[in-house]
Order: sequence, then C-alpha cells, then structure tokens
Amino acid sequence: MREWSSGYSRQQWSAPGEVSGRATRRGETGESRRQEETDPAMQASQMDEEIDTRKINNSFLRDHNYATEADIISTVEFNPTGELLATGDKGGRVVVFQREQESKNQPHRRGEYNVYSTFQSHEPEFDYLKSLEIEEKINKIRWLPQQNAAYFLLSTNDKTVKLWKISERDKRPEGYNLKDEDGRIRDPSTITALRVPVLQPMDLMVEATPRRVFSNAHTYHINSISVNSDYETYMSTDDLRINLWNLEITNRSFNIVDIKPANMEELTEVITAAEFHPHQCNTFVYSSSKGTMRLCDMRASALCDNHSKFFEEPEDPSNRSFFSEIISSISDVKFSHSGRYLMTRDYLTVKVWDLNMESKPLETYQVHDYLRSKLCSLYENDCIFDKFECVWNGSDSVIMTGSYNNFFRMFDRNTKRDVTLEASRENSKPRAVLKPRKVCVGGKRRKDEISVDSLDFSKKILHTAWHPSENIIAVAATNNLYIFQDKVN
Amino acid sequence: MSNPKFKYAPISVFLFPFYNLACGILLCTDGDDSLYPIAVLIDELRNEDVQLRLNSIKKLSTIALALGVERTRTELLPFLTDTIYDEDEVLLALAEQLGNFTMLVGGPEYVHCLLPPLESLATVEETVVRDKAVESLRKISQEHSPVDLEVHFEPLVKRLASGDWFTSRTSACGLFSVCYPRVSSTVKAEIRQHFRTLCSDDTPMVRRAAASKLGEFAKVLELDYVKSDIISLFTALASDEQDSVRLLAVEACVSIATLLPQEDLETLVMPTLRQAAEDKSWRVRYMVADKFSELQKAVGPEITKNDLVPAFQNLLKDCEAEVRAAAANKVKEFCENLPEDSRETIIMTHILPCVKELVSDTNQHVKSALASVIMGLSTILGKDNTVEHLLPLFLAQLKDECPEVRLNIISNLDCVNEVIGIRQLSQSLLPAIVELAEDAKWRVRLAIIEYMPLLAGQLGVEFFDEKLNTLCMAWLIDHVYAIREAATCNLMKLVEKFGAEWAQNTIVPKVLGMANDPNYLHRMTTLFCINSLSEACGQEITTKQMLPVVLKMSNDQVANVRFNVAKSLQKIGPVLDSSALQTEVKPVLEKLATDTDMDVKYFAQEAISGEFSSINVLTE
Repeated sequence: MREWSSGYSRQQWSAPGEVSGRATRRGETGESRRQEETDPAMQASQMDEEIDTRKINNSFLRDHNYATEADIISTVEFNPTGELLATGDKGGRVVVFQREQESKNQPHRRGEYNVYSTFQSHEPEFDYLKSLEIEEKINKIRWLPQQNAAYFLLSTNDKTVKLWKISERDKRPEGYNLKDEDGRIRDPSTITALRVPVLQPMDLMVEATPRRVFSNAHTYHINSISVNSDYETYMSTDDLRINLWNLEITNRSFNIVDIKPANMEELTEVITAAEFHPHQCNTFVYSSSKGTMRLCDMRASALCDNHSKFFEEPEDPSNRSFFSEIISSISDVKFSHSGRYLMTRDYLTVKVWDLNMESKPLETYQVHDYLRSKLCSLYENDCIFDKFECVWNGSDSVIMTGSYNNFFRMFDRNTKRDVTLEASRENSKPRAVLKPRKVCVGGKRRKDEISVDSLDFSKKILHTAWHPSENIIAVAATNNLYIFQDKVN
Repeated sequence: MSNPKFKYAPISVFLFPFYNLACGILLCTDGDDSLYPIAVLIDELRNEDVQLRLNSIKKLSTIALALGVERTRTELLPFLTDTIYDEDEVLLALAEQLGNFTMLVGGPEYVHCLLPPLESLATVEETVVRDKAVESLRKISQEHSPVDLEVHFEPLVKRLASGDWFTSRTSACGLFSVCYPRVSSTVKAEIRQHFRTLCSDDTPMVRRAAASKLGEFAKVLELDYVKSDIISLFTALASDEQDSVRLLAVEACVSIATLLPQEDLETLVMPTLRQAAEDKSWRVRYMVADKFSELQKAVGPEITKNDLVPAFQNLLKDCEAEVRAAAANKVKEFCENLPEDSRETIIMTHILPCVKELVSDTNQHVKSALASVIMGLSTILGKDNTVEHLLPLFLAQLKDECPEVRLNIISNLDCVNEVIGIRQLSQSLLPAIVELAEDAKWRVRLAIIEYMPLLAGQLGVEFFDEKLNTLCMAWLIDHVYAIREAATCNLMKLVEKFGAEWAQNTIVPKVLGMANDPNYLHRMTTLFCINSLSEACGQEITTKQMLPVVLKMSNDQVANVRFNVAKSLQKIGPVLDSSALQTEVKPVLEKLATDTDMDVKYFAQEAISGEFSSINVLTE
C-alpha cells in the first residue's frame, strides 16, 4: 500500500463559508489569522499546560461545530477528468476547486486544488401544501461529461435537482454611445457617430449559472442522482421511487421504479442508493435497506419494477441480533469504472460483487469490526444510522471508505492489505506522510494505538472521492476538506 | 425636438431607456437625430436587462442598416461572434437573425462574413440555440457561390466535424447535406469521410446526431454511394450498443428505403429492419411501431405482405405495453395501406385476431389507443364483416372499465354510422353514454358533453328526445361550473342542429322553468342559456318567451343574478327589436343603474351605453 501524504500544507481546505460566508482558502498563515479572529484567548491558553489547552481546544471545536452546521460538507465529487472537484454542504452551497496547472519549477505542487467557483445552489424552502420544511442541504453532486468549454454539474437537495453551468469569461464589451466609460451620460448632441462595442480582455471571471431546475417529481427524499452514459438522461432516486429525466426537459420525468406499497403500513424496505452502469446505458442498480441490490434492464420494459438480477448474501444465522437489519442496510452502491463489479457499503463492511454472481459478494472487507460490540450505544446515539459512502480508485484495484474519529480506510484488492488513515489538522503538516493508525481491540493497548472507547463518534468521515485516474483523494471530515496524494518521491 | 416622444416612438419600442434618459433628450437641441435611436439600440445590446438585450437583438437589422455593410462586417459581426455568454433566448434570437443577414453584410459576395458568429453559436451547449444556428447556416449556405462554398463554408463544416467538443460535432452532422451537392468530387469524398467518422464517434450524442441526419444525407448522395457508404453506416448505427442510437436508425430506414430500387431493398434494408422489429430494447421496437405506416409505404406492397404483416402482428402482441399502444395506434392506417387485392384476407386472418386480444388488454393506454382507431376499420371491411366481427369489439369497448376507452369509441361513431348505421349500436351506446354522463370525474363528463352535438346528429332527433334530452338538461344543474358552462354551449349547438321550433318545444320551457329555482346558481344558468340561445332561437322566441323572464329576474334578491340580468340584456339586445328595447329593456336597465349594489350599477350602465350606442348607430 502506498504512503499518503498531504503533499503540501495548503492542500488542506476549509469548508466553504467558514469565515465570511464564502469559501476561503486556508493556508498556514490564514489559519492562524482565523484563530486569532475566532478566539484570541485560545492562543494565549496554548502556552499553558497541555491539559488546559486540550480543554479549551475541545470547547472551541464544539462551539465551532455548533456555529457552522451549515458548513458541514455533505458531498464530494471529482469531475470526469479530475481537473475539478466539487463539494456541497448543508448550507446549500457548492464549492468547486480547480487543480493548479503543473509547473516545471515546482513539481511538488502538483495536485494542489484552488477555489474556482462558489455558489449557492439551493435555498431553504417551505412546502406550504404539506407543511414541510425543505432543507437546502446538498445531498449529491454529479458532473456531466464535458460538452464544450463550460462545465456542468447536477446538484440535488431532498426535492429538487438543478443543473449548473460553470463557465469562464475573460472579455467584456467596452464603449457606449450614450455614456462615457465611467458611466456619465453624454450630451446626446455630441453623438455624431455610432460606436459598436469592442470586446476587451479582462480578469478571468468564473460564473455559475443555473440552467435547469428539475422539481416537483419526488414525494420522498432524494438520495441519489446518476447521469446515464447516453449523455442524454439521468435518474433521481428517493426512498421509494426512481425517476428518469431527460437533461433538457424539466417538466416531465418518467417513473421507472416504484416500490411504494398500496398500504404504507406494509412498507418493509426503502431504496437507499441507485446508480447507472458506466457504459451500458440501459442498466442500472439500486440498493435497499434490506442489504440487497437489484439490477434492472431498461430495454426489457418501460417500468423496471421487475429486476433482471438480484444480489443478496444469505444471512449467517449465528450473527443474527437485534441490529442485524439496521447494520445490513446498504448506504452506498458504486459500479467499478470497468462496469464489471459493484461495491456496496453497509454499516460495518464494504463488499465487492461480481455482476455475474448474485448469490454472494466476491470480497468482503471489515471497515471497523471493533464496533460490533458497541452497537447498542451506537444505536442510542443514532450513529448506527450514519450513511457512509465508498469509492473506487481509478483502476478499481483499491477501495476507500470512511469511519469514525476522522479515520478512513483503504483496501487493496490485489494484495489484500488494508490501512487506516486519519484526516486531521494535526497530522496534515506540509508534505507530512500520513501515519497508519490502529485501533486496539484487545485489553492491552500498545503505544500509538487508540482504544475503541476513546474514539470520537462525532468526527465521522462519510464522504470521500478519488481522482478518476490519479492517486489523489478528497476526504470530507465534517467541515474540513482534506486532499491527499500519494507520496512524491 | 419639441415632441421627442412622438418623434422616436415609431422607430423604437423601448420606453424604458427613454425614460432613463429623458433629461438628455429634452436638453438636446441639435445633433444628428436619426443616430440617437440607433445609438440606444447598440447600447442596449449589452444592457443588464435580458428583455432589453433581446429586443435589441431582434432589431439587429436596424442597427446593421444604420452602420452600413462595411461597419457591419468589420465591427458588428466580430462583436457578435464573441457574444456567446448571453442567455439562451438572446442567443436563439441572434442565431435566427443571422440567417437573414446576407443583404446587410453586402450581399452573397460577403455572406461568408456571417460564418464566424454562427460557428460559435453552433458550439453552445443549448440544443435549441445550436439547432437554430445550424438552420441559419443551412439557409445561408444556399447564398454562397460554389467557390465560396468550398473556400469558406466547407472548411467550417470540417472544423465543426473535428471539434474537440461533441456540441460542435453534432452541429456538423446537419450541415453535410447542404454543401454536398454543390462541391467538387474531391471535396465530396472528404465530406463522406467526415460523415463516416462521425457515425462512429465516441460519444453517443454525436452518433445520435449522425443517425438522425443519415436519411437526409443519403438523399443528396449518388445512388452508388448510398449503396456502398450509407448502407454500411446504417447497418452499423442500427446495431449500435446504445439503444438511443439504434432507434434513430429506424427513422433513417424510411428515407433510405425510398431511395433504393425495389430489388435492393430485400438485401440492403430488410435484414436491419427485421432486426429492429425484434430488438431487445422496447424503445427500438416502439420506434418501429411508431413509424410503421411510413415504413410500409417505403418498402412497398410485396415486402409488406411477406415481412411487415408478421412483424406488425408481433408488435401488437409485444410484451411491453408502450409498444402495443404505439402499434395499436397504427392499426387503421396499416390496414388502409395494405395492397387492395389481399387487404381483406390479411386483415381477417392476421390482424383481426390480434386486435381482438387487444380489446381485453391489461393496459388501459393500449385499449384506449385501439379504441381511437378501431372504428375506422369498419369502412375498410364493409358492412357484413363489421356486423359480424367488429361490432362485438365495439360493444366490448363501450363497456370497458376505463372511461377514456369508451370516450374514444363514442368520439369516432361517425365512421360506423356510414357503414352499418348507428341503430345497431344504440342499444349498447345508451348505457355507455349515461354512465359517462354521470361519471364522478368532471373531466369525463365534460368530454362526453363535447361529443353530444355529434351524437345527436348521428342518432337523430327522435332518439335524442327520447333518451338524451334529460341528460342534457341534468348537466345544467351540475355542481361543477365548467360542466354547466359546457352544457349551455351544448344546448346552443343542438338548437343549431335541430332548429328553433324544436328548441321552443323541448328546451326553452325547461330552461325558463329554472328561473324560479331556489338555488341562485341555477337561476343564473337560465340567464347563461338565454345568452347563448337567443341568437339561434331568433327574434320571436327571444322577445316573447325569454325577455319577460329576464326582466322579471331583475327583481331577484341576489345581486349576482341582477347584474347578470344586465349583462344578458346587453347580450340579447341585438336580437330584440327597437320598440322592445325602448319600452321594456331600457326602463329595467335604468332601474338597475340605481341599484344599491355597485356591481349591478356598473353592469347596468355598461349595458345602457353599449346598447343605446349601438341603436344610435343603427338609426343613423
């Protein structure tokens, strides 16, 4: 397994809007300045004894978390070339980062991402007919394949999907007939000749414009959107239904899956995620809260209520407990880039399935098996319902998913080695190499191991992303986005 | 400059900028007046308000005219070429304008100056804008001389065809066919090569664009190349991995088949068509069903008999309801176009059995698609077959659980009437109509009301009086306004059909009787009926029977009724003679004009001024 380093200190990004409502890039200097602004007392106290510092630090973090609920990152996604990275947060904002152009003088700066565009994608709304608040939280972002110089992405909250265009402008027209360049109105009597405006170069401006709004099609909460490989359609999935849209038509969508029972009291399962096959435009998969997946073929029928494949692992009766059903619920499903495999994440494991084998997964990886004995308390603090996502690397050989205590896990499918890494401010010093972390399971704790009891369950890594071709990863830890790359030799 | 408003109004429609610049205008004493509105228009090209930009773009020809051809070419067009950041609607308007710009840039000699702005518009992401740009490019391509076409236009097509982004490559697909016929044979070869490349493009978007233009391109190609090039491209696209591409090949199939001589169809087109009709994807089969009549015409009677009939049978029995519905829609057209000598046999032995099954299909869309065309079969099959085979189907559909199916049958009754007369059906028709008339959904009731005049015409006055009259009157007191309104309108149409005398005997007494109804909504319905019936009934009935009732209702205690009396009086005024107006209507209106209710007053005054001005006109 590779070593992961944060490459360069400024690769660490603050969440959008942390300081002044817009994304701020936080380097070393920026960070200390921010701390001064936030809590001058804290810096002073850092001189004191270590224990005190920790106390203040903790309280600071708690307050900080409280104050910036809207800044919690809710989705992370690279675009198909990896040149751009988008994050969405609970405040309805989308921040797009652009990779810095590689320069020969500073080879170590490769992989650095700068803020490219920030915009408010969704606003809080109120459904007056149902007396329901609609949160602005961005549930998912999906990039469209690039079609011209501009970039396009779909972002969704619980109810509404929006198509955004992000484009650059580097020219502006100059020369008015009726006024001077500074805006003063000219005496019309002096107008003796017509002037046609001329376009002049200007500083690069990045604009985000909403192109389409796809609304009023979901009764329940949208959990996934997925763009089809035909470049023409996408689907949006809520708890009980999947709708198919044409990207150019906003007033009509087709319902292709509906698992709502006639009587809602008979409801036993919900759809948790859905995704299109990366190459076959007619195939998609959706996962359920019962730990199963259904593969559907849109060629067979206009309504895909009947699946063509059904993936389910037989339950091990010895492991059966009160929590079995909850922890087997699939929180994320992803096709591999090759289209051959499927990966699913449930509460404790990641599984890789072969599309040609429905009876059991090909591989099962334990993400944090040490929590199996803690399920009772995790149920009480609701953590058991956390929806962890999972990602493939560019060549489908490594998979990554998140855990608690700002830990995230990687599994190498070929060597069967795995590693736990931590995304935190302390260990992402300039070009520092991330040290593998270990959670101690037995009674005796070795040095640099962490006991299960001291794990911080409020620091969870739910959303991660992997560059489509290179070893660059983006990890969202509550309101911080960390970008790591494999170590440059 | 004494009256600037008047001076500029005819030239420009923009009030807003003038308002902003009012002081500037008023101060203006001399200077070139004619430049001013143009200057405003040019500045508006970049106004922050989209609507103003849009207006300005729509007046682009005015700007160009003022600038002259030279400055249009050297200044305006370069500016427009880079104006691709704008809103879609502005770009759309621009793309459209540029298609009619040839004279404004100096005529056909300079038409190539329009290519750069249209080229940049042909690469934007918005399909409607791109399509409009392509349309304009196609238009101005005709204004290019053969030399210019090769020097300027064809290179543009090539640039688009080899562009980095698929938006430009999709636009290129629409341009090959317009330049191909007018270029030299070397360039033709290049164009064919480009088209081939786009047909196997990486992105499905481009392959779709190529597939949808395949037929059009085939039409301008020499027959030999159609056989050598187009057929292979067609075969490849028809077996594309993406069904969204394959289904477009079906469309191309129609135009290609019309181009080829009959003897080549079997080997070159039919294998692909057969494959499409049995495609794994329902969307492709749907497309085949949807285009079936066109396909049938394109391949001719022999192939139809041998190949299309079994294919059509399969589509009618398809496992996907969408496909069955599309095929069911084509049943009549397909049967009509069958070769006459074997038409009846084919229908009776092959098509009708499938149709019979569709009558009891599980899907209501399929049934209602069938119901909308099935009656048309009776004219093709003649009386005996209709009575024996089709009538049971009609009757079954008239009893269908889905109202749409029943409505579709009823709406097409005229076809059957011509062949067997409606009496055959009337026994089953009546219960169906009654049931629809009392359907819980008001839209269903509305639909059947709209067919009532047609039905009345088909069934005749006796049947109507006997069975349907009560229904028509019942709708007048429906609790949904839209139904009452439609019922009123229906009465008028019935009177037009059956005449004033019939109205006097059957309808008018009932309508007027409602004037004493305790429910004011029903009393108002009387007024609405009178409004629409007065003209059809004529002066005598209106004056003698209706007018007294209306006048009496002016004392109604509900204000709504009273002001509707005023409105009615105005409405029926033209039908009445002037003495009745002066002696009876006028006093009542004058009394209403002093009503305590302000709405009643208002409408009474309206009526007075309306009527008596019209009388004045008449007397003069």
